[in-house]
Amino acid sequence: MFEVIIAIGTILLVVILLTLFRIGTLVNVVKGTDKKVVGSSNRINAALMIVFMLSGLGFFFWYSFTYFDKYTIPVASVHGADIDTTFWITTAITAFVFVLTNILLFVFSFKYQHKEGSRATFFPDNVKLEILWTVVPAIVLATLVFTGLRAWNNITAPASEDAEVIEVMGYQFAWAVRYPGVQDNQLGDYDFRLINDKEGNLFGMDVTDENSYDDFVPLEMHVPKGKEVLLNIRARDVLHSVFIPHFRLKMDAVPGMPTHFKFTATKSTEEMRSELGDPEFDYFITCTEICGRGHFSMKLKVIVEEPEDYEAWKAAQPTWLKLNSDYLEKVPADKRELAIIKAGIDKEELEASL
Amino acid sequence: MATADIHITEETHHDGHEHDHDHHGNFWTTYVFSTDHKMIAKQFLITGIFWALVGGTLSVIFRLQLGFPEAQLDWLKPILGGWITPEGKLDPEFYLALVTMHGTIMVFFVLTAGLSGTFANFLIPLQIGARDMASGFMNMLSYWFFFVSSVIMLVSLFIETGPASGGWVIYPPLSALPQAVNGSGLGMTLWLVAMALFIVSSLLGGINYISTVINLRTKGMSFAKLPLSIWALFLTAVIGLLSFPVLFAAALLLIFDRSFGTSFYLSDIYINGEALPNQGGSPILFQHLFWFLGHPEVYIVLLPALGITSEVIATNSRKPIFGYKAMVGSILFIAILSFVVWAHHMFVSGMNPFLGSVFMLLTLIIAVPSAVKVFNYLTTLWRGNIRFTPAMLFSIGLVSFFISGGLTGIHLGNSAIDIQLHDTYFVVAHFHLVMGSAAFFGMLAGVYHWFPKMFGRMMDAKLGYIHFWLTFVGVYLVFFPMHYIGIAGYPRRYYSFTNYDTFNSFSDLNTLVSVAAILTLVAQIIFIFNFFYSMYRGRKASANPWQSNTLEWTTPVNPGHGNWPGEIPTVYRWPYDYSKPGAKEDYIPQHIPFSMTPESNLPHENDMIKLEGDGTKVVVDEKK
Repeated sequence: MFEVIIAIGTILLVVILLTLFRIGTLVNVVKGTDKKVVGSSNRINAALMIVFMLSGLGFFFWYSFTYFDKYTIPVASVHGADIDTTFWITTAITAFVFVLTNILLFVFSFKYQHKEGSRATFFPDNVKLEILWTVVPAIVLATLVFTGLRAWNNITAPASEDAEVIEVMGYQFAWAVRYPGVQDNQLGDYDFRLINDKEGNLFGMDVTDENSYDDFVPLEMHVPKGKEVLLNIRARDVLHSVFIPHFRLKMDAVPGMPTHFKFTATKSTEEMRSELGDPEFDYFITCTEICGRGHFSMKLKVIVEEPEDYEAWKAAQPTWLKLNSDYLEKVPADKRELAIIKAGIDKEELEASL
Repeated sequence: MATADIHITEETHHDGHEHDHDHHGNFWTTYVFSTDHKMIAKQFLITGIFWALVGGTLSVIFRLQLGFPEAQLDWLKPILGGWITPEGKLDPEFYLALVTMHGTIMVFFVLTAGLSGTFANFLIPLQIGARDMASGFMNMLSYWFFFVSSVIMLVSLFIETGPASGGWVIYPPLSALPQAVNGSGLGMTLWLVAMALFIVSSLLGGINYISTVINLRTKGMSFAKLPLSIWALFLTAVIGLLSFPVLFAAALLLIFDRSFGTSFYLSDIYINGEALPNQGGSPILFQHLFWFLGHPEVYIVLLPALGITSEVIATNSRKPIFGYKAMVGSILFIAILSFVVWAHHMFVSGMNPFLGSVFMLLTLIIAVPSAVKVFNYLTTLWRGNIRFTPAMLFSIGLVSFFISGGLTGIHLGNSAIDIQLHDTYFVVAHFHLVMGSAAFFGMLAGVYHWFPKMFGRMMDAKLGYIHFWLTFVGVYLVFFPMHYIGIAGYPRRYYSFTNYDTFNSFSDLNTLVSVAAILTLVAQIIFIFNFFYSMYRGRKASANPWQSNTLEWTTPVNPGHGNWPGEIPTVYRWPYDYSKPGAKEDYIPQHIPFSMTPESNLPHENDMIKLEGDGTKVVVDEKK
């Protein structure tokens, strides 16, 4: 019943609008206004230009200043601060040009609206003016390129030798992280053909490589504050992209082509929680490259802690081999002893289980 | 040999019809398999409008999800069927399909075929003074390839596994592996077939546009006297001709990877519990190939709109376009640069950072000719005598979008800033303003402006005003808030943001955007009504309703096949002699010789009078 009423109402409304339109057209024909090149609507449109400009700019400034804290997210990495600086310099310049040129556009439209008997100025070109507005933008852009390049080169420069290496791998639809382990501090080899989800080998770890014995695969990512971290990023099915908004960090994860991103966190999770006044806050990785059904749900918690806490956490992590001791059988016989030691496996327990 | 014969028959055919320019074809040859450029233009336009409505509707459906994440969408079940989950929600995979198809349809089917297809076909012969395109038959093929491509793309919306859903950029491996997402099955196959046909269509059209502009200009129509709309359409066709084949190659290799077991883009993949045999391919290769078209495509979409705007703004400001040479120069410069900036879409793709530096430099250079264009538009308005026709309003709107959206390109072209903003709503805001909405407004401006020439009747101006203001305000309300959402880090192509506390603060803006999007789409009904109503019942147009200078307005109100009943007019001057000091009227069309306007000639133009006489003689001699 309700739908029928809505339908009838809509039809009535359309009929009324059509009738009004028809009446308007006929009135125009009778009055002869439709023959005029420029009618009275010209003035209304010109005035609306100014109304639109004022209200538009009003909303722009009001929202940009009132809700500044809402749409900016705090930065928590060294290079992130550089990115923010570059961003705000660029924004200041573009906002100025945005306001200026839009004002000129709407004010000119209003001011030079058609006037009966007046004539436009024949002004086909002016070399000086044109050179001016070619050169000025070129100079401004050159400065922006320069600041941007400096930041970019710093961000993409090779990581230092003693950076903490962490591997991040994207798959449908989650992130997994792997640490090189406290014994050798080297990530073990991997091969995508060794991946076996059922047996727990998410990364395709190659247990013939000694470096893999002490690697560990925690369920969340921990990062030391104030120390450079190098992310080795890869994907095993489709493209993903590591995005940690608070670190201003983004890099695609590509199957078959490892990528890298280095950063230094500047605020621990605790510090960020008190800065935001939100005891629940956590840093996170999310995905910014469309990867299928669960694209929007690839979230991994990231915890930034003081270096000593970080070391302690690392030392307390059980190695992957320990958690997946079935894989010991695949370790070459001559390395099995080493593997048991490096993986921190309790020998007696192992024998008992066998 | 055969072509030469056909050419001759066509020539005589035209001569025979000189005094009776009604083309006596039956329904099929007049409206369906027509080789008349004007009819083909209308075919492209109507198909483009259809696609715009489809693309717009798709966007409104996914905006419902984003703006009202809690809403029950059961009422969409009659249309969407299984894509609404039993809980009354939009299926997340269908959400991706909607985003993908919205992008594909809008970029290619509306703003490439609908815009270039319509106005290149319609304007090139009329404005350069030609009877038709260089090859009417190829032109017809161009439309029908597009039509078949459209049918296939449309069909893909209705198949069980859903249309392509890997984003309009169809990055492999996602688009190559049906295991990764359902849309990469039959939907992706149809997408690739449709796009291959689309490319054929656009190449057939492009070759025609280029050869027509080069070869068929009327007497006196030198390149320096071409209207800016023709310059834009001409260079657009050149860009398309050089870049579309690269997309074709990219698509072909993807087809091989999908169907014939090659590994161009695939390597080291483990999916659904199985390691694939593919090794040695590179997903980055596809991105390079895709964006080698993808970036020029932005200008394929935008340049015709800018050309149309130049024409409309000059006519309705009653002023010459400021800096004609600079305008041509900047189009040319943009066209060249458009080929060397593609990798700015790939700053964080994992490619070598040094490439990033180079592409950042080249990208920011492109802002210079764009700035020149804006300043020239502004100066054209300055001290004009502006008539706000609907076309003029849409052109002013375009300039505003071009400024607002173009400036954020400076952020995104900067590789350092792009690290944070890449694939967030900031990008969505940027390109929807600068290329989507600007090109869309250019298309609407063109329709309002040339409607009288297309259908011999005027569109209703008042409805045009209402349409403009609703759309203009609507578009800004849809896309401006997205800048804030993007700065806050919201990634694009997300079905929902509810599991992120950080991304959960903008439900108010998202609702606003969705409401504005719905209203903007509804406002287009005013246009649709105006368009079809005016086609049959609109006020009869005069031959030159806007008092414009270009050649198309010298044709009869309803130009027949061959455009001019008699001889094609000769061109003597540039198309922008508006408000010339001393002239009686405030416009002097291109075909008026300087000898007829001694009162307004500039000194060097008086010297041209002598050449006018000589020019005819020389041509007569040549004919012998």
